[in-house]
Amino acid sequence: MSDFPKPDELLSNIDRTPPQTDWMDTPVNIRKGMYCYAANPKSVAYTHLPFPHQWNPMDEDWKLPENWKEILHEGFKVRLERFRSFKLFMDICVRCGACADKCHFFIGTGDPKNMPVLRAELLRSIYRNDFTAAGKILGRLAGARPLTVEVLKELWYYFFQCTECRRCSIFCPYGIDTAEITMMARELFNLIGLNIDWIATPVANCYRTGNHLGIQPHAFKDMLDFFVDDLEEITGVRVEPNFNKKGADILFITPSGDVFADPGTYTCMGYLLLFHYLKEVYGLDVTWSTYASEGGNFGSFTSHEMMKRLNSKMYAEAKRLGVKWILGGECGHMWRVINQYMDTMNGPADFLEEPVSPITGTKFENAKSTKMVHLSEFTADLIKHGKLNLDPSRNDNLILTYHDSCNPSRGMGMFDEPRYVIQSVANNFYEMPPNTIREQTFCCGSGSGLNAGENMELRLTGGLPRANAVKHVHDKYGVNMLATICAIDRAALPTLMDYWVPGVGVTGVTEMVANALILPGERERTTNLRGEPLPGMEDE
Amino acid sequence: MSDKKIFLMKDKNIFLIKDKKYIIAGLVFFIALFTFPFWYNSGKAAPGPELKLTDKAKEAKECVMPTAYMRAEHMQLLDIWRQSVVRNSDNIYVNPSGKAFTMSLSNTCLDCHSNKAEFCDKCHDYASVRPYCFDCHIDKPKEIK
Amino acid sequence: MNLKYMYSLLAVIVLFLLAYLGVEAAGLELLFGIVIPYVAVVAFIAGVVYRVMGWARSAVPFPIPSTCGQQKSLPWIKPNKFDNPFTPGAVVVRMILEVCCFRSLFRNTRNSIQEGSKLAFQLEIWLWLGALAFHYAFLTVIVRHLRLFTEPVPAMIKMVETVDSFFRLEVLSDVVRIGVPGIYISGLVLLAAVTFLFIRRIVIPHVKYISLPADFFPLFLIFGIAFTGILMRYFSKVNIRAAKELALGLVSFHPTIPQGIGPVFYVHLFFVCILLAYFPFSKLMHMGGVFLSPTRNLPCNTRAVRHVNPWNYPVEVHTYEEYEEEFREKMIEAGLPVEKE
Repeated sequence: MSDFPKPDELLSNIDRTPPQTDWMDTPVNIRKGMYCYAANPKSVAYTHLPFPHQWNPMDEDWKLPENWKEILHEGFKVRLERFRSFKLFMDICVRCGACADKCHFFIGTGDPKNMPVLRAELLRSIYRNDFTAAGKILGRLAGARPLTVEVLKELWYYFFQCTECRRCSIFCPYGIDTAEITMMARELFNLIGLNIDWIATPVANCYRTGNHLGIQPHAFKDMLDFFVDDLEEITGVRVEPNFNKKGADILFITPSGDVFADPGTYTCMGYLLLFHYLKEVYGLDVTWSTYASEGGNFGSFTSHEMMKRLNSKMYAEAKRLGVKWILGGECGHMWRVINQYMDTMNGPADFLEEPVSPITGTKFENAKSTKMVHLSEFTADLIKHGKLNLDPSRNDNLILTYHDSCNPSRGMGMFDEPRYVIQSVANNFYEMPPNTIREQTFCCGSGSGLNAGENMELRLTGGLPRANAVKHVHDKYGVNMLATICAIDRAALPTLMDYWVPGVGVTGVTEMVANALILPGERERTTNLRGEPLPGMEDE
Repeated sequence: MSDKKIFLMKDKNIFLIKDKKYIIAGLVFFIALFTFPFWYNSGKAAPGPELKLTDKAKEAKECVMPTAYMRAEHMQLLDIWRQSVVRNSDNIYVNPSGKAFTMSLSNTCLDCHSNKAEFCDKCHDYASVRPYCFDCHIDKPKEIK
Repeated sequence: MNLKYMYSLLAVIVLFLLAYLGVEAAGLELLFGIVIPYVAVVAFIAGVVYRVMGWARSAVPFPIPSTCGQQKSLPWIKPNKFDNPFTPGAVVVRMILEVCCFRSLFRNTRNSIQEGSKLAFQLEIWLWLGALAFHYAFLTVIVRHLRLFTEPVPAMIKMVETVDSFFRLEVLSDVVRIGVPGIYISGLVLLAAVTFLFIRRIVIPHVKYISLPADFFPLFLIFGIAFTGILMRYFSKVNIRAAKELALGLVSFHPTIPQGIGPVFYVHLFFVCILLAYFPFSKLMHMGGVFLSPTRNLPCNTRAVRHVNPWNYPVEVHTYEEYEEEFREKMIEAGLPVEKE
């Protein structure tokens, strides 16, 4: 990142003036720092996806299959029939421009092809050319253009500059959802082997080992055991997580990112502490699984079919272990999949019980068919019923704000539960400005499989609107900690904060809960889960 | 599964779409609404009303202006008359052929066209026009002579 | 430079000349007054049915509503009933808000960079207001035109017309004489709104950049319709009785061409016919599409009620048995339970 411009330089470089040439006459310029590397053919082959091949986006020749146009045309046609959303969104846009400045990538880059409307038009132009009478007769006058290699490259470049955050969709008078269009475009790319590696390899890993990072079962247990040691050091209590335990009450599934990298690891430690507390105090038996050790679903960034193939493990494992229901950890797109796809794809989950909290007796009516409850819903219910012994002052050195993650916001509508939890376990909480939170929240800029290292410029520019809002509360209220319920956020936002708003850390909500949670038999804590001194303990 | 196989599934009629009936109902409703004039008149032709002229009007042959002009512009002429009389106290109208008239709806127009119901109203009703002239100017007031 | 709108403007001018000269010079009243209107109506109905059924044929495999407010979850958390509708009834309300009040467009903001480093979001209400004015004015115009298509005229339509001409405007100079017949607000609003929608398309740089000729064409066409309509009512008046005879003749299937309707009327009628015939094959179909949008018309109860995908085919999965087969040794060594020792 040494050759990367300083934040204020980057900001002053944003030029939103559209080019002089019409967008159809402006050729794509695939720029380093803005795209992710091509998929490793081994990963593509492992999951039996078509046309695994070695290629490079910077090369002239992408080594496409000979009949690639035909494949894409057929693929397009099939998807128009399978997805009304796709067909409708190709047809009814009036180009009113309401979505234009709602995209974080457009705000951050000024590139007109990052306006949701134009991103979709890139594909619509092909649709009109191939499937509509007006496009066939009037051609360019009707906004149609034929698919060429150049156009394909443009499509690829820009549909891997969309994080499927759905922010544009809430402003669209017809609810046109660019995420849906991006999903279709990426399905089409996958028909000719054009995935990116940051998606293809986690998918292959997940397929094989049960998680994106490729952590094998014994290593998974090792990593959690490592946290167990850390927790014992901090609290004096040794927690004992269950793995693959048959007959447990609840199966817990969370993204593997939390097991792997800071600061997600602290959230993971938080889960361990919380479940230990519930076990000790209420006898609740929660098990982890190594087979279904991934909450996230990079398959959903590949194709609906791949999404289903990876997601199938959740129900399969719950059935095998004979649990009552499933509890899901803090993750963004995982919850899009669970909330809107899982039951349809891999259900009905008639082997599970309608979820009821055994501790409070609360029936989770909203999850009665899918039988999967979000940890924030579960924890909020516990706190509301006074079932957790909490000392919020342990978080007093933190001034928190909350980043609504895209998918739980616009694919689920979970806003108040995590806020209630945060405000119950911490005393200093400030909201970011209203146009940047809740359903209008901004993406971290790294979602939908774009949190690679090689596309850092894309990520940092895309993260600008989020970071700018954090900067606002950082400057105004001294906010120094950004809480989220998404593993990709926890992986991506620290980089973003270091660049745009140094001095703000990133945390999961459950880490905050665990800091405040008083375990039975714990010794007086002097540090938080990160090993940093608790307020008032700085001198010891 | 390949796209092709799914195609086959579709051919086997597995594509059952449960919301189709709502969509069709919506379409039918829309078409019914759109074609409202077609079924409302139920195929009955309704030619414009035949205007009856009084003998006096027939005798006069021409109104204050040519018939075509009067058909299209009578309302505006009356509006100008009103302004002239009420605001400028000028109640004599001279038409292009030099003939002078008293500007008065009640006493000039309705003097010839004394059959308001047969002459004015018929056409107004047909075109669904409701002029507010007659809110005040009732049919040829007798007391002013 | 962006001259996309020139194509559309040119197209509308050509259409104008076609109708004007067709009637005035070639005497094709029969064609423009009877044949084309029937063709246009048939094209409109058939086209709309074709397009909507085309959408209906496509499946809705997954429930993908955009949730724009708090979900219904715990009993003590207040859900946002209509932006995150849990029941079909609430979805109906959401759809009504969307279709009748342009709810989503109302959220619109404008983003800008202020003081060099601050992103600011201002309420941007003009598009919403312009769109609302445009659509409602158009609706009113259509409804009050029904007086020319019905005999007797239903009271409802008379009422709309009365309300529409509520305001009195009188200009009686030597040049401009407006006053009687009364001014229809809807016509003026329609003309103003369509002008606004056109101006924003050429003035706002990014909107100009995304606009296609297909975006300008209907604007010009509707402008032409409103303009000729206003012309006929206030300036170059046509014989309304004859116009109604023609209209009624069409809808009662006894078409006639009454004498003495000016060419402006035929231009007006021809523009409307073009709009009708063009409608189903253009973006104007958003009128039907808005009802079918899966991000808006599905209840957000996706974890409580299972949605069925009509083409949910079996996929290749990596089973637990295959997984254990590969890692059994390591699992046993790590003390993880296995199915087969």
